[in-house]
Parts: sequence; structure tokens; C-alpha cells
Amino acid sequence: MLRRGIGRSERFRSPARMVGSGRIAIGGSMRFRTRLGVALSLLAFLAVLPLRAPAATEARVVNVYNWSDYIDPEALKRFERETGIRVQYDVYDSLETLEGKLLAGHSGYDVIVPTAQPTLARLIKSGGVQKLDRAKLPHFAGLDPDLMKRVSGADPGNLYGAIYLWGSTGLGIDPRKIAALAPDARLDSWDLLFDPANAKRIAPCGITMMDSAIDVIPTVLHILGKSPDSTDPADLAAVEARLRAIRPYIRNFDNGGAIEEMASGAACLVFDYSGDVIQAKARAEEARQGVTLRYVAPREGAQLSFDMLAIPKDAPHPTEALAFIDFILTPDVMAGITNKVSYPNAVPASRKMVREEIADDPGIYPSAAALAGFFTVGPVAPAAERARGRMWARFKAGQ
Amino acid sequence: MRGTVLGPVWAWLLAFVGLPAIVLAVIALAQPADGVPPYELGAGFDDLATVFTDPYYRDAFLASLRVSAICSALCLLIGYPMALAIARSAPARRPLLLLLVMLPFWTGFLLRVAAWVGLLRDDGWINAALLALGVIDAPLPLLHTDGAMIVGIVYAYLPFMVLPLEARLARADPALEQAAADLGAPPWRVFLRVTWPLSLPGVAAGLVLVFVPVMGEYVIPELLGGPGSMTMGRVIWTELFDNHDWPMAASLALVLTGLLLLPALALRAAPPNRA
Repeated sequence: MLRRGIGRSERFRSPARMVGSGRIAIGGSMRFRTRLGVALSLLAFLAVLPLRAPAATEARVVNVYNWSDYIDPEALKRFERETGIRVQYDVYDSLETLEGKLLAGHSGYDVIVPTAQPTLARLIKSGGVQKLDRAKLPHFAGLDPDLMKRVSGADPGNLYGAIYLWGSTGLGIDPRKIAALAPDARLDSWDLLFDPANAKRIAPCGITMMDSAIDVIPTVLHILGKSPDSTDPADLAAVEARLRAIRPYIRNFDNGGAIEEMASGAACLVFDYSGDVIQAKARAEEARQGVTLRYVAPREGAQLSFDMLAIPKDAPHPTEALAFIDFILTPDVMAGITNKVSYPNAVPASRKMVREEIADDPGIYPSAAALAGFFTVGPVAPAAERARGRMWARFKAGQ
Repeated sequence: MRGTVLGPVWAWLLAFVGLPAIVLAVIALAQPADGVPPYELGAGFDDLATVFTDPYYRDAFLASLRVSAICSALCLLIGYPMALAIARSAPARRPLLLLLVMLPFWTGFLLRVAAWVGLLRDDGWINAALLALGVIDAPLPLLHTDGAMIVGIVYAYLPFMVLPLEARLARADPALEQAAADLGAPPWRVFLRVTWPLSLPGVAAGLVLVFVPVMGEYVIPELLGGPGSMTMGRVIWTELFDNHDWPMAASLALVLTGLLLLPALALRAAPPNRA
């Protein structure tokens, strides 16, 4: 209920204001996948701005629903300028929020950005999204075929989604602080976090775990040498045992602000999305408080995730939605977005317009060799998913 | 005549209590499925049975019960002296004092809870002040604890305790207390034998107004509570959004609503208004 209310009101934000108020509320963090983040940005918005009355004229509109702090506001302005279609931009902070709204029906959104697996796959299965009309998407052809093939497990034939941005899930580390506490620990291995001996030593400088069962459990399965999609209860029990062994050393679950925690030096080891760590690193460098951060996609392999542009089945403005998606896939627009949010895109032609420090950062654009070692997840049956959810709740509670 | 007066009340109850309960019951008996909305109608009582048999839900219920009981008691403890003081203040000042109790409602609920996040976080005001004063060397872990959750709930619900109590206390005839004092009762005895019994309906109303909503509270445990404080509100949220299991969420909500009718019925059965 809480999130629904928030989402609804935020639709009245104009894009430029969206970013401004988000900054005020969350202290400059760029992408803040938290309930609190969304709540605070809404509150800041409500505090300083009057609600914008809906346009009286029959102006063309596209209702976009995207992750928070995951866009270049310039792109939205340019789209409005070039097409005359007004963008009503709204943000969510978790896939659960997005899916909750979509599954209830009549969400009112025209463009959504679900992660390929599990959300887009599930929305395809439940009939919540519509096929993309490629004839209206000339820039679809510019998408990297290798990456598009990687999402075809979730979206066979790439009928429903176009890759927006992608990234991996790994470790954000402060190498100096960790070296002081655990000098012999390998920084490029999952053992840094999942070996209790390491976690225990590193705990004093702060360990934060992403509060996301769908990201953590497949990774632990992968580390244990199992399939990341395993639904075998014995495998899940093994994951639980592995997680429980490090539970006492986890200070916080990312309920609000792994980026801030890392940038401010409150956490030195964080399980998080690559882009979050890279944003935290940039902020730490700006702050010049002596916090040095690095993103590590551990050598045992990290999970790749793809956020997809898609159109809900009952989208009120499907034509405008296609126009918006095609505009976003334009190489220079895509480059602008990557430059802004530090996540890689899937449009190779944009690469030469991406700033050097982003294009050349192996944490952002991994080498082909590194990419080969990454894994993606497949669908998980609802019963197994519930078992995972339960296990996660028990693990978090430390019971 | 009575029927026409009560008509709107019944219509309201039917529209906003009865119908939602029926919708909940229909979803509770359905089966989860891939679809929009994500269930198929049916008549399965498994979920309702699970609510009572699975220790996970029982623990969540007990956790909520515990939080509700603690917060109701704290609200009463803090709210009673406040209510008494307002009720006994000069008649000219009472409206102002009552306005001050209600003043927080002028600010959004969410904003007030979020303000506590700002106060309690590691680099928040409280820790910053304690660090600056040299009381502590490292920030105290205040946010995301049971203590933070209880502070937040007591803060948010205190007016719901003070207002009915004050209304009740202000209506009590001061002559009764004066008579007790004249007959030689010391102040504590006047309170125990006259003031407190006369205020009981207000106490009951305040307790119900705090206890019942706190049982289902989601926002404050989510924002201020720790990962261990899995209250009913959070468990229902998890079933609905994380597990996409609407029937389970509906079953939990239905059972919770049913159980919460008990204190309301207890209030009805409480001694009638004697003042």
C-alpha cells in the first residue's frame, strides 16, 4: 500500500524536477533501490513542489516507469522536445514494487523496465506485457546480438523486450580497510564475503548485504557448484547454512543506502550491483574523505542481469511507448544514459560516445573473457521461489 | 426512524468493511497462478489452515502482539499524565494544548517516520551529538532495531491515546474528587479510587485505538525496525509482493482482521459509561 501511494503521486513529477528532488532527498545518491529512497524523494518533492495539474489539451503522453536514478534527465527533455510527447516519469525501487503493480492490472504505464529474469519472464508468462512491433523500432537492430541472446532464456526470440542497461552483481570493496584487517584474503574471490573466517575479520569495518533473495541465492548456489536455478531443497539448505555462517558478521541489509554506506566509509564490503558500487566510488572520490572503492566481479563468476524496456499489455499509449523505446535505443541517447548512471548499455554504436573512464573500466564493461565466466539465471517455479523467500526471511532475522 | 438514521452507518460498514472482507475471503480461497491478477478462483482452505499451523506465521503474529502490547502500554504510561494535565488545565488553555497534541497530524505520517530515520541513523543527529559530546567513540546502532521501531510507533500513536483519555477525564465531575479529598483520602487514593475508575472507558478506547492499528502496522517496522522484526504487516507484504502469493496474503489479512475484532468486542462488553 505504501509504495503504491508513492508511485502514483510521483507521476506528476516532471523529469527535470524528478532528479532534482531525488538528489535533495537522498543526499546526491544516483541510484537508490530502496523503499526509503523512493519515499524520501517523494516527500522532498511534496514538500517543495505543487502538484502539476494534468494538461487540459489532448497532448500526447507516455507514462514511463523505471528504476529510481536510472536515467539521464537530458534524454527525457530531448525526447519531449523532439517528439512533442510529454513524459510522465515515475520510479520504483524494487522489482517487487513493479511486479505488484503490473500483476494487479491497469497500472497505467506505457513503458516499464523489468529485469529479464525473473520479472520480464514472469510477466511474459502471465500475459502482462505485449510483443514489441519491430517495424516501429528501427534502432532495435542496433542491439548487441550476443547480449540479446543472453536474455533469450527469459524472452525467447527477443519478442517482448529490448535491453536497456545491464550489469553484474558482485562485491564493492574498500581494499585498504580490508587489507588492514585481513591482509591475506584474496580480494577477487567470493570467499572474501562467504568464508566465515574472512567475514569475521572484516566485520569491524562494516559488511552490508543486498536485501534481495533473487540476487544472493543464485550466486551462493553458483559458488557451491550448483546450478543457480536449483530448486532442490537440499541445495537450498546448503545455501542457508553457508549464509547463516556469515550472518553474525553482516551489519546491515541494504534497506536504504548501500551507495551512501560505501561512499561515506560506513561499509567496506558490500554485496551489490556493479553500477551501485561504481556510483559510490565516484561519490567517494568527490568527497575526498580517503575512502577508496573498487567493484569486483569475483573470479568464480558473477550473475549478469539485464534490465529490459517493455510495454505492458494494457498500456494506454502503446504508439508513444514504441516511440520512446526507439528514441532510448538511439546510440547517442544511450551513451548519455550510460555516462550518467555508469551502467553499460547494449548498443555497441554508443561505445565511442561513452566517456573513457566508463568505457575502459572493466568493472563496467567487462572483457569478453570475463563475460564468459558470468552466469545468468533461469526461471524458478513459484513453490521453490516461496521456499527461497522463506529461507531469506529466516536468514535475515538470524533465527 | 431509527432505521433511517442508522442507514448510512450500515451502508458505510457494508461498503468499507463488509465488501472488502468478502473480497479478501474470495482471494484467500483462490489458488496462486501466473496471470493478471495472479490467482485462480477456487475453494482451497489450505492457506487459511497454514496460517494457524505454520510457526512462521504464528511467530509473526506473536511478534506483532508483543509490539502492540508494549506500545499500547507505553502510550498509556506517557499519555495518561499528558491527558490528565490537559484536562485539568485552565479552560482557556485547553484548546491550545489539544491543538498541540494534534499538531503532528499537519505533517504527513511518512515524513514524520522518515524524520526518525534522520535522527537515528549512524550519522544522524543523535549519534552526531553524542559523538561531539564525547559520550561515545563509535556511533550507536540505533536505526533498524526493535527499540527504534517501538519509539517510532509510540511517537506516532500517542495522540490516539491522549485524545480519548483527555475527553473522558475532562468530563469527570471535579466535585467527586473534591468530595473524596474532603473525606480524608490522600491524593494517591483519590486517583486510584475516583479518577482512574472514572477514566476507564477512555483508557479502553485509547488502548483499542493504539493496539489494533499497531497490530497491522507496516510502515514503521519496515522503515525503523530491524530485519528480525517480522511483524504481521511485513509478512503480509512479503507474501503479496515478494512471493506473489495473493491468496496467502489475503488469508493472513483475513485472520488478522478476525482476531482484531476480539479487543473491539471486549471494549463493547466493558462496563457501560457511568459518569
